[in-house]
Amino acid sequence: MKELLWLIVALPFAGALILALAGKKLPRLACAIVGVGSISLSAIAAFMVGLDFLHGNSMGAPFDQTLWQWIDVFGLSPRIAFHLDTVSLTFIFVITFVGALIHLYSAPFMWKEEGYARFFVYMNLFVGFMLMLVLADNLLLLYLGWEGVGLCSYLLIGFWYKDPANGYAARKAFTVTRIGDTAMVIGLFLLFTNFHTLNIQAILTAAPAKWAVGSGVAITTAFLLLGGAIGKSAQFPLQTWLPDAMAAPSPVSALIHAATMVTAGVYLIARTHVLFSLAPIVQSTVAIIGAVTLILGGLAALYQHDIKRVLAYSTISQIGYMFLALGVGAWSAAIFHFMIHAFFKALLFLGAGSVIWVMRNEHNMFRMGGLWKKLPVVFWTFLVGACALSALPLITAGFYSKDEILWLSYASDKGSVALWFTGLAGAFITALYTFRMVFLTFFGPRKAEPTQRPGIAMTLPLIVLGLLSLVGGFIELPDNMGHVTLFSRFIQKTLPATMITSFGHSTELIAQLIAAAVAITGAGIAYKLYYNKPFPAAIPVRNSWQTFFFKGWDFDQLYNSIIVAPIVFLSRIDKDDVIDRFYNILAAITRLLNRALTATQNGRLRWYAMMLAIGTIITLTILFYP
Amino acid sequence: MTIPTEQQILLAVILFCIGLTGVLVRRNVIFMLMSVEVMLNAAGLAFIVGGAAWGHADGQVMFLFILAMAAAEVAVGLALIIQLYNKFKSDDADKASDMRG
Repeated sequence: MKELLWLIVALPFAGALILALAGKKLPRLACAIVGVGSISLSAIAAFMVGLDFLHGNSMGAPFDQTLWQWIDVFGLSPRIAFHLDTVSLTFIFVITFVGALIHLYSAPFMWKEEGYARFFVYMNLFVGFMLMLVLADNLLLLYLGWEGVGLCSYLLIGFWYKDPANGYAARKAFTVTRIGDTAMVIGLFLLFTNFHTLNIQAILTAAPAKWAVGSGVAITTAFLLLGGAIGKSAQFPLQTWLPDAMAAPSPVSALIHAATMVTAGVYLIARTHVLFSLAPIVQSTVAIIGAVTLILGGLAALYQHDIKRVLAYSTISQIGYMFLALGVGAWSAAIFHFMIHAFFKALLFLGAGSVIWVMRNEHNMFRMGGLWKKLPVVFWTFLVGACALSALPLITAGFYSKDEILWLSYASDKGSVALWFTGLAGAFITALYTFRMVFLTFFGPRKAEPTQRPGIAMTLPLIVLGLLSLVGGFIELPDNMGHVTLFSRFIQKTLPATMITSFGHSTELIAQLIAAAVAITGAGIAYKLYYNKPFPAAIPVRNSWQTFFFKGWDFDQLYNSIIVAPIVFLSRIDKDDVIDRFYNILAAITRLLNRALTATQNGRLRWYAMMLAIGTIITLTILFYP
Repeated sequence: MTIPTEQQILLAVILFCIGLTGVLVRRNVIFMLMSVEVMLNAAGLAFIVGGAAWGHADGQVMFLFILAMAAAEVAVGLALIIQLYNKFKSDDADKASDMRG
């Protein structure tokens, strides 16, 4: 059954191919069936492969499947081959399963849109590339998937291309992630020159013997890979593209910009964890970037009025938690939070999408309100997602995953009180902005009537994801609450366990109580500030520092003035230099010749005959009277 | 009585020039086609003159070739003229200058 591994990747590509070739002729229903069906079959295949992987003879030993030799030149010989271990299994489970739910949701969501088939082509293509990214056994195939998801992200952000703003957002996302990708590809060059292979497992085995801990080349390589990771995962300082990426349709935001693609950076760091362990400076940088980003994203989320931008900044902030976990060596905690985050953030995006859908494309939370009676299923599932996001204790999965990160950021050998405190502050802000969003959207006076009701295909994914956001956490419980370690034992077959400097259970309990109290306080303050309060039904008036946070710490302005403006200035003063003149003259001469020759082609038959006769006479004259 | 070869060639040249002038000055495509026929016949005459002067049969063979080719050319040419007339509602060759530039 494990041999079906290739099918998981092939099915989404096949769906994309069918829709790309025949999508225009197929009716919408057929497009939806192909689009949703391919991912659902892929999810079933992933389920069967996973079952066999866990319960077969191998008991979770890594499984490699080589399809064919891809390139073989001068020692560079990557294969199209997949490597299945517990980490990639977790990722393909989340990608195919959450992906299938989101595809199901988008079938009715996009029903009235132009380019229905095109939407599913891009979505299927995205899932295919994402699966290729996480299953690749060499870094070149991983990079192909990496660029492929970037391309699909670009195409889907600009899906409603008739609005130039969406095209601009798509280009911005592509360009900003390109900065990271360039760093990453240089890192791959470095790895290849050092190890003469790009096979991930070979590199991970060879690296500790070849590179000393803290050696320059290890640090450089790890830094370059980190560059790729922060670009893709929208971490400080390359986080500016993600809020603008919300121009995409909501299911796209749920799939690409919350659950899967933006966590590719987390996957990359976890996958190449050996390199990061060899470069302790870089690993602590990862933790610091995570800590900075989670505060930065959280504070920005607090001042948004667009419901999707709240969630975008929240995603930035939550991935910051994952980076924090990676930075302190809590590998399995990072993967665990990735999985739980995929559940509840996809749920929140789909819920927000439903609200936007029933409110005729209204994104402003201040123009919503009082929706909880009108949209009960959306409200209750959204509430579950919000509780998980703000990590309300005991009942939600988010509490267990975030608590593990918080505890390990303090207790691990690389952790510190500062990191723990930052995480705690982030948790408080998270609870605050999450419940601000809930209270503004669903409570208070109703400002507009919903126009349509989501059907079963839209509510079913919400319910399933809601259940997962509640019970998903019970596969990994802390030491003092049942001590279930299913997930971490599962991940630790692939990634090393976290080094914990010994602390007593009482310390852990105190840390948990503080974390729980902070989350509840955040929610409580949000209740005080935003529950049933009258708000102006428009964009709120902001003072200067609120505007600063609203614009995401004004990073766009900063980058414009320190990077874009100097380049524009240089190109303007350099527009008319000697080299340009030379080429301009060349172009002018060519244009002149063109005009002269065009004049001879006047289309008159008699003119041509005359020219022929004159030519003949001249030739004969030259021949006979030399 | 034999006509000197120079005069025969001169006749061919005169015929050729008349034909060429016809092609160059007439705008009516039918007349242009007829002028082309005159030029072909001038060339054929030159071949026969050459054949007679050297006592070879090749010249007459070539003339037969030219005759056959002229017949084919007229068939194709007339078909083209009808198409031209259908498209431009005119037999003026200068009107059919869509390919200019």
